Amino acid sequence: METSQITETINMVSEEHLDIRTITMGISLLDTIGGTPQDTAKNIYNKITHYAENLVSVAEQIEREFGIPITNKRISVTPIALIAGNATSDEMLYYAHALDDAAKKVGVDFIGGYSALVQKGFSHGDLALINSIPRALTETDLVMSSINIGSSKAGINLDAVKLMGETIKAITDKSDTANAKLVVFANAVEDNPFMAGAFHGVSEADVVINVGVSGPGVVKRALEKVKHEPIHIVAETVKKTAFKITRVGQMVGALAAERLGIEFGIVDLSLAPTPARGDSVAEVLEEIGLEMVGTHGTTAALMLLNDAVKKGGVMASQRVGGLSGAFIPVSEDAGMIDAVNAGILSLAKLEAMTSVCSVGLDMIAVPGDTDATTIAAMIADEAAIGVQNNKTTAVRVLPTNNTKVGDMVDYGGLLGTAPVMPVVKKSSADFINRGGHIPAPIHSFKN
Amino acid sequence: MSKAVVTVIGKDQPGIIAGVSATLAEHQINILDVSQTIMSNIFTMSMLINLEKLDEEYNKLQDDLSALGQKLHVEIHMQREEIFDAMSRV
Repeated sequence: METSQITETINMVSEEHLDIRTITMGISLLDTIGGTPQDTAKNIYNKITHYAENLVSVAEQIEREFGIPITNKRISVTPIALIAGNATSDEMLYYAHALDDAAKKVGVDFIGGYSALVQKGFSHGDLALINSIPRALTETDLVMSSINIGSSKAGINLDAVKLMGETIKAITDKSDTANAKLVVFANAVEDNPFMAGAFHGVSEADVVINVGVSGPGVVKRALEKVKHEPIHIVAETVKKTAFKITRVGQMVGALAAERLGIEFGIVDLSLAPTPARGDSVAEVLEEIGLEMVGTHGTTAALMLLNDAVKKGGVMASQRVGGLSGAFIPVSEDAGMIDAVNAGILSLAKLEAMTSVCSVGLDMIAVPGDTDATTIAAMIADEAAIGVQNNKTTAVRVLPTNNTKVGDMVDYGGLLGTAPVMPVVKKSSADFINRGGHIPAPIHSFKN
Repeated sequence: MSKAVVTVIGKDQPGIIAGVSATLAEHQINILDVSQTIMSNIFTMSMLINLEKLDEEYNKLQDDLSALGQKLHVEIHMQREEIFDAMSRV
């Protein structure tokens, strides 16, 4: 082994913020369904605390032995709307509290899966769950919720889009920051280890370990060494760096699965920023040659970055999954915040960027008086990009009461601080209030 | 799961190698390879050690080395070898 390899690895962790963002244990709850909601909630608590009992201690020991930080330990479960199909909206709270209590008992950072999949229509449990979200997210601490309202195969459920706009506003009435725990998806994936959108899909094995790796700082440092080189050299450099990062995720995930005695699922090789300087996707884009993220050329640079990350990671892992690409949340990325505050990065540009990044409009604060139908229309736009282009898109916009454009809202910890951004002041209400269903695009009929 | 890399980085001074070697010897650890350089007064050393008999006591040795690092005002890391292989070899 060469000393330079040792130094490189140590620098990636200590100076470039390389981390395993999360080890997420996916747990199926399909076998917990009991007679009453209380019985089921109890079974859920028991199953989670049984399987995840050692998750945190195993992860901490791996951190110690390999000198690689594992920032979060998380759990994802089967979408609760499928487990609680017969519950009323009030009874849904038993499930939310069971998840929260179990997560606290085993010491994880978050638990995801307070979810429903309504891209084609609502079942009884779906509606009950969505109606319970404002209470569930404000009465619990660690529970994360996601709703899938569209897919390339099913089209977009405009009734659900409207309902989610209203739900997001209803959360705002109860809390300034609980909105950050809800994400609205199109083409949601079943093995995503990242929050708030993690849930354990019904086609997954009973219990699996999924890993999310991160490291925008490592990519930025690598790109500093190829300044003024042609753009394909940038792509090659990102690929090689993504490969190295993903190899660490593969090793850690396989080891965690082995020590916990459960199956290893996937590595999600996402560049996920944190609020720390030097751990920013915006700074990577700027290193490619943009004076500030949001200027002309940003979408092209992001397309190259997202694609090269995937290509580098695919060979490094036995199974790649989740979202895998570059995340562009505003509040969690110091460079994005700077660009918004400078008036360079707009909501419109962010929307364009989501057509080539791995997810969508993420962690964006908007004024508290933004109409529910305007938020619903943002969700519809984002879903349209995802559904038409066969990619995952997500919306996590955060209306905040008593704020005006330019104010800063603090979400705490990894969620960071978001500047309140302006929205277009013309109504989309008549479009959203039509309700119904946007048909699936023609190119989805492949059979 | 039987080898680890100990790295020491800090201001050069007498007794760094002696201190690290003594701590390893106390734990009955065999040193397999050492590489050391001094660049503009910054001491860097990487040491490959055999952990075969130590899996149970890994944390204890790591704590002892960290304590030694604080005493000598240098940074001492101990990491299992696999992480370096994972990143650099296919």
